[in-house]
Amino acid sequence: MSFEIPDDRKYLESHEWADDDEGTVRVGISDFAQDELGDVVFVELPGEGDAVTHDEEFGVVESIKAVSDLYSPVSGTVTAVNDALTDQPELVNEDPFGDGWMLEVELDDDSGLDELLSAEEYREQVE
Amino acid sequence: MSLRKPPLRDAHAAEGASFTEFGGWDMPVEFDSIKPEHRAVRESAGIFDVSHMGEIELSGPDAARLLQRLTTNDVTNLGPGDSQYSMITDEEGTILDDTVVYRYPDEEDADFLFVPNAGHGEEMYDRWVDHRDEWDLDAEVTNATDEYAMFAVQGPDAPDLVADAADGRVTDLSKFEAKFVDFAGVECWTARTGYTGEDGFELLVPVESAETVWDLFDCQSCGLGARDTLRMEYAFLLSGQDFDPEDNPRNPYEAGTSFTVKLDTEFVGRDALEQVFEEGPDEEFVGVKLIDRGVARHGHEITDTDGDTIGEVTSGTMSPTLGEPIALGYVPTEYAEVGTKVRVVVRGQSKKAKIANTPFLSE
Repeated sequence: MSFEIPDDRKYLESHEWADDDEGTVRVGISDFAQDELGDVVFVELPGEGDAVTHDEEFGVVESIKAVSDLYSPVSGTVTAVNDALTDQPELVNEDPFGDGWMLEVELDDDSGLDELLSAEEYREQVE
Repeated sequence: MSLRKPPLRDAHAAEGASFTEFGGWDMPVEFDSIKPEHRAVRESAGIFDVSHMGEIELSGPDAARLLQRLTTNDVTNLGPGDSQYSMITDEEGTILDDTVVYRYPDEEDADFLFVPNAGHGEEMYDRWVDHRDEWDLDAEVTNATDEYAMFAVQGPDAPDLVADAADGRVTDLSKFEAKFVDFAGVECWTARTGYTGEDGFELLVPVESAETVWDLFDCQSCGLGARDTLRMEYAFLLSGQDFDPEDNPRNPYEAGTSFTVKLDTEFVGRDALEQVFEEGPDEEFVGVKLIDRGVARHGHEITDTDGDTIGEVTSGTMSPTLGEPIALGYVPTEYAEVGTKVRVVVRGQSKKAKIANTPFLSE
């Protein structure tokens, strides 16, 4: 099976992605991760203004069969949360790199962004 | 320890199933994903491979007597082709396993069959043999688990599907009735039973003909994941989880299966259970629904509104049919009334919840 791994994202080993747009980063989970989880039914995310830290837990995603911690690819302050996931957690399955995004984070100086895997490196890990 | 494989392990893998360990078996957990599999069973039909279930056959003049003394229900109520749900209890009345007991037609070699849960086949075989010897009964006990595949075809369309595949009538079977039916030349013990809350059939298939019979049913293939969410919506017990002699010892009065206990028969655990019946159980198996957002899962604590622990969730999931989280667990009887406000501790957070009606789906 082959999974979508967009080249314009960076990845954490635990299958979260980061999409950097000039200091503000969108965060979500990869196509591989949503497929492993199965039907996502619940997403628990931090609030706006909360701090998240590179490679540390920031929330929880639950599918029918499993509960999984979410790890932040970057350190910074949450500036936006995808509220659509409250009523439509299935967006994480349907469009993990698009409408299924989870957070927007304004980066700290020491954000951890440079330590993330490239798409190519992540692909090697998954395949 | 290597996992036991159901006969169609490789065929399921080729179909794209993912697998999980369950009761020592390597079983398909999902073919597509839980939601569509679950929906198929509620709205049309699905087929499950449940070959991990055990099969123990009994024959001989004392077969009925042996069964009667090791299960809580009244075996003498079974006519040929009847089956009954029953509990296997120890001296203290603790449930060791739950099972369905079948009486074969009179012309068959074996007289009775019972189906213990995955991983309990050997233990129950030993239990039957030990007690037969201790009581000096004349009965032959055979662990036939390796001789059969077991499939469940479940859902509102299951009667039509099974009738079309069968050479002979099957829809004349009432609930909990069974008989041998010919499927494409393969004789299968076919029972109108299941574990989903839907109408349907369970088939015992000779292991060498497993693929032939599986392929007769043109419906959604379903894994143990959907089997679990389907049974939870109907509050059916899962052996080893909603009761377990080691980790979660329960008697039938606590577990809500006292309808299977016939105190006017003689069986191991009867005297202890008569005492529970007279005094009433201390705790009850209940449904729980969260009011706050979150999903209660196996092992989560149930507390009163002051935060004092009163019980534990034994099974919990997001109900695919209702689109809301459902849970099962045990609480003291004084908290068991539907509507009672409680809390469930989900990952350290106390969530508002209430005791709910079961089954969660109304028939």
